[in-house]
Amino acid sequence: MFFESFSSLIEMNGHGKYVWLCYGIFAAIIIYNFVSPKLTRKQVLKDIERQARREQQ
Amino acid sequence: MWQALKRLYHKMGSPKWFYEISGRWTPWFLWIGAALMVTGVVWGLAFAPADYLQGNSFRIIYIHVPSALLSQSAYVLMAVAGLVGLVWKMKMSFIVGKVVAPIGATMAIMALLTGAIWGKPTWGTWWVWDARLTSMLILLFLYFGVIAIYNAIENEEMANKAAAILSIVGSINIPIIKYSVEWWNTLHQPATITLTKKPTMAPEMFIPLAMTILAFYCWFAVWVFARTRNEILWRERRTNWVKKELNLLESK
Repeated sequence: MFFESFSSLIEMNGHGKYVWLCYGIFAAIIIYNFVSPKLTRKQVLKDIERQARREQQ
Repeated sequence: MWQALKRLYHKMGSPKWFYEISGRWTPWFLWIGAALMVTGVVWGLAFAPADYLQGNSFRIIYIHVPSALLSQSAYVLMAVAGLVGLVWKMKMSFIVGKVVAPIGATMAIMALLTGAIWGKPTWGTWWVWDARLTSMLILLFLYFGVIAIYNAIENEEMANKAAAILSIVGSINIPIIKYSVEWWNTLHQPATITLTKKPTMAPEMFIPLAMTILAFYCWFAVWVFARTRNEILWRERRTNWVKKELNLLESK
C-alpha cells in the first residue's frame, strides 16, 4: 500500500475529506443507477399483472 | 457485409430481440464491470503513488474522468439515437434515447460535483465560470431538458420528436466541452489521456484509471439495458411473448 497505516489512508495528508466525499457521492450515484430501474421493473410488473387480471374479468 | 448489417439493424428494431439479448448480456457487463471497478478504485485510492503536484487529492481522478467521459459519450448516444429515430422512424431507437437521459444526467452531476470538490484543494475554489466548467453545466441542463420534455409531453410521438431535436441541436456542446481547455484560458488542466497519444501518466497511476473508465462503460450498458427492458415490457404488455415471459398465460 502507498500509505503506512489505515489512519493515514483516511487522512491522506489533509486531502482525505475531499477524496472520501467524492467517493461517497460516487457510491450514492452508482447505487441509485442500479436500484432505480429495479424499482421501476417491480412497478411495471405489478401494473401489467393488474391490467391483465382486470381484462380477464 | 451490407446484408448482415441490415439484418442486425432490423433485429435491433425488434423489442423482443433486444429484451432477450440484453438479458443475456447483463450479467457479463455487470460482473466484468464490478471486477474492474473494485480493482481500479482500490488501486487508485490505496496503492497508486500520490501526484507530485496535487498530492492525494488527485485520487479523485479515478471517478472524475470516467464520469465526465461517460456523460459526454452518453449524450452522443442519445443524439444519435434521436437522429436514427427521426430518420428511420425506429421506435427502439427513441426508447434508448429516452432512457439514456437520466443516466447521463447522473454522470454529469458526478463529474461536476467531484470536479468542484477536487477544485477546492487544488485551485482554492469550488467553482469558476470558465469554459470547461460552464459547458459541462450546460450539458447537465441539456439532459434536464430532455427529461423535462418526456415528463411534460403526454403524446409519445411528439415527446420523441421534441427530445430528439433538442438532443441533436445540443450536441454542438460536445466539441465545445472537448476543446474548451484548448480554445480558452481555463483553470482546468488539459486532457490527461487521449486515444491517440501515449498516456503522460505513470503506468501505476494510469492502469487503474483505464480500469475504472472501462468499468463505468460496462455498468452504463447494464443501466441502459435495465431501463430499456422496463420500457419494452410496458409497451409490449399486450403481446404474447411478454405474457409468456411474465407467466401470465398460465393463469388464463
